[in-house]
Amino acid sequence: MTKNGVLKKSQWIAGALAVAAVVMAVLVNTTALGQYTWLRVLFGVSALNFTLRASVPLVLGALCGILCERTGIINIGIEGMMLAGAFAAFVAKVATNDWPLLASLLFGVAIALAVGALMGLLHATLSIRYRMDQIISGTVIIILAAGTSAYLFDRDAVAQGKFGPVRIPLLADIPVIGDILFQNPPITYMALLLVVIVHVGLFYTRWGLRSRACGEHPRAADTVGINVNRYRYLNTMLGGALAGLGGGFLVLEAVGQFQEGMTAGRGFISLAAMIFGNWNPFGALAAATLFGYTQALQNELLLAGVTQAPRQFISMLPYVVTIVAVSGFVGRVRPPAAEGKVYETEGSSE
Amino acid sequence: MSEAAMPVLEARHITKRFPGVVANEDVNLKLYPGEILALLGENGAGKSTLMNIVYGLYKQTEGEIIVRGKPVEMSNPNDAIQLGIGMVFQHFQLVPVMTVAENVMLGSETIKRGLLDTQQVAERITELSQRYGLAVDPYAMVEDLPVGVRQRVEIVKTLYRNADILILDEPTAVLTPQEIDGLFDVMELLRSQGKSIIFITHKLKEVLRISDRIIVLRDGKVVGEADPKTATQSTLAAMMVGREVILTVDKDEAQPGPVVLDMQDVSAKDDHGQPALRNVSLQARAGEIVGVAGVQGNGQSELVEVLTGLRSLDSGRITINGLDMTNAGPRRVTQDGQSCHVPEDRHAYGMVDAYSVAHNLVLNTYFQPPFANGLTVDEQAIRRHAEDLVERYDVRTPNVSVHAANLSGGNQQKMVVAREFSRPVKLLIAAQPTRGIDVGSIEFIHQQIVAKRDEGAAVLLVSAELDEIMALSDRIAVMYKGEIVDIVPRNRATREGLGLLMAGAHSEEPAPVAGKAG
Ligand SMILES: Nc1ncnc2c1ncn2[C@@H]1O[C@H](COP(=O)(O)OP(=O)(O)OP(=O)(O)O)[C@@H](O)[C@H]1O
Ligand SMILES: [Mg+2]
Repeated sequence: MTKNGVLKKSQWIAGALAVAAVVMAVLVNTTALGQYTWLRVLFGVSALNFTLRASVPLVLGALCGILCERTGIINIGIEGMMLAGAFAAFVAKVATNDWPLLASLLFGVAIALAVGALMGLLHATLSIRYRMDQIISGTVIIILAAGTSAYLFDRDAVAQGKFGPVRIPLLADIPVIGDILFQNPPITYMALLLVVIVHVGLFYTRWGLRSRACGEHPRAADTVGINVNRYRYLNTMLGGALAGLGGGFLVLEAVGQFQEGMTAGRGFISLAAMIFGNWNPFGALAAATLFGYTQALQNELLLAGVTQAPRQFISMLPYVVTIVAVSGFVGRVRPPAAEGKVYETEGSSE
Repeated sequence: MSEAAMPVLEARHITKRFPGVVANEDVNLKLYPGEILALLGENGAGKSTLMNIVYGLYKQTEGEIIVRGKPVEMSNPNDAIQLGIGMVFQHFQLVPVMTVAENVMLGSETIKRGLLDTQQVAERITELSQRYGLAVDPYAMVEDLPVGVRQRVEIVKTLYRNADILILDEPTAVLTPQEIDGLFDVMELLRSQGKSIIFITHKLKEVLRISDRIIVLRDGKVVGEADPKTATQSTLAAMMVGREVILTVDKDEAQPGPVVLDMQDVSAKDDHGQPALRNVSLQARAGEIVGVAGVQGNGQSELVEVLTGLRSLDSGRITINGLDMTNAGPRRVTQDGQSCHVPEDRHAYGMVDAYSVAHNLVLNTYFQPPFANGLTVDEQAIRRHAEDLVERYDVRTPNVSVHAANLSGGNQQKMVVAREFSRPVKLLIAAQPTRGIDVGSIEFIHQQIVAKRDEGAAVLLVSAELDEIMALSDRIAVMYKGEIVDIVPRNRATREGLGLLMAGAHSEEPAPVAGKAG
């Protein structure tokens, strides 16, 4: 089939690009090639480190989207779920500032997960029980999170401490690669691990098979005794939790504090990563890395001052790449067939 | 089956009400071990509804279901599956983007160390398919499979769950005659192993051939039981419809006029890029019915799609009413070409499930007066039009604002036919126009097709039913492997002759085994 052909080809291209990037990174950071400023901007350790950091929330957001949409619930509210998670993590952290640091941070993570899941529950309830249009319901989530967090935010509150890097023994000693991949704070590892977990879960377990059936052909799932709406509730909540974790990452690992609207469109870019990655966890990881890389590039270009282009143009880079990538690929990727459609039958219950 | 045996399944006083309709009323039915029970009835008589209740998808308003002597409460299909009930639906319930194995195990997965054990499921499928002669490849993607195979997958699905009460809702509607023979062999094998089968169909010949007992529903009520040994097609038809049905078509000699449809050397590819039509030339004149016969999957679907603007040509020319329609869009073909089209797959091309019956009935005219005035549509006019058509074409629906998805399968088909036949046209293209329709309505639709011809329209009739082709056509074109192997005048055509042509008698290669879905 031609569609599969295109996707297979894009997997090859992504793989080839990744290998090329790794090779270049090793060369630039260990040989004389590192003298060239441009190459340092493109492949330096700091650019690649930045890439990873920038892509973590995108990966988590995209996984949220995948879980929801694979079961048939459209979720454009990732941005709101992420912001709610970030705010919740901040409040939890501030409230437990006098606890031991690790306990306080973990408490923050747990609360971010829980609040994200609650936002997911809200989205599922609005979409399934109250049959609200899922785009509207997602918008409600975004506005709710933005409004509530801005209203409740105490500007004097300060969170003390954040997650620091954890060295993975041996692996961290590999030159260059070790520096980039194996000296990261915990949520970063968690996000990468979750890509694998969601992939295996979706394609190799009972839960995943049933979830995908609900997103593709809910009636068929119903006729073999699967409670479609139960899976939709469950997965929207799980997805919400992951988006919440993405928000928690911003507060507890990246920035250390909360700022109003701090997700800054990451939820929407996650959505783009999900589509660009064809609703597959590894595809989403690749797309998120690409988008993260453009953010890194933006940063490095400004720092290195190697170009005369106005900084506004450079700041546009990540968004332009997102738009180009998504518009070039939409039509070739295939969303789950039943997404956005309420499943109603006489026998179905919630 | 012994008379003293306890029924494996019994429905007692089942009543089912939907808003505005009583789909089943005080229905009693018994199914004994090792028998094939045929359920007959007009479109909308309540057959599918009753079976959905037995399968736990719908909850009955009144009455009870008894399985092996015990009253059961079923809240969802899982309960039915646990009781050994399996159902093959009128509209297949398979996930297209999953493999056969995934579809079969869905809901009853085999797990090894927390993960799906696809290999074991595949082995089980292979074993079942060998035991019952249901050839399926466990690793094939369902979307790539022809309908005949999809149906085998559905049957394997029920057997995989160890069902010993099987419900087959119109399983033969979409099959080729060869596939039907295969299905009947499977059904007989299952019966010989003591399984019980409820078989729904509109084809009376099949009922007489395979069933042990016949129950007839009309308007949601059981109107009687018949014995296939003594019943005939006409007695069954009369029982179903409540009046005498004329099973043969009554028509005069054709009076062919000028050529309306002219296809010259048309070639086209199928969805997979393989040649589907090879240099097809065909003409249809005003006032004649040209039948297109052939085993499904020999290019008939592509022929219709090319003519209706749904598929592009590689080469050749199409002229309708003297206008060049080569690669014209559907709107131009229907408007300028003054043609209409009854598609073979009503769900994909004939209707919008989520629209009301009224809106479905103006899908190709909503932009014209009287339905459109300027920028808005006139809902009143649409409604009046719909009420008139529903009445004239006997579409059974509580009112014209219900969603088309809620109509029974045959009534959906009648709705499509009503829309297409109700316009004055010069060319009528009908693909499987009576698929899933009851005998009474077939009689009516056949009369309408002949009436269109007598009004001077050219009719192109594509049908998998040789009986239908023989009954209606004035000339019969036979397709094999994308070519028209011969065009025979009706008075020189015989079933045997056509059968040979359909098997490619003019060609050395063997006939294809299975049909391809539209
Ligand atoms: N979900 C539903 N909601 C409302 N009405 C329904 C629903 N399902 C079926 N009906 C109505 O119940 C009646 C019986 O429909 P059913 O599908 O059982 O007919 P059937 O005997 O299977 O007909 P066919 O031969 O055309 O398939 C029809 O009038 C139909 O419109
Ligand atoms: Mg039916």
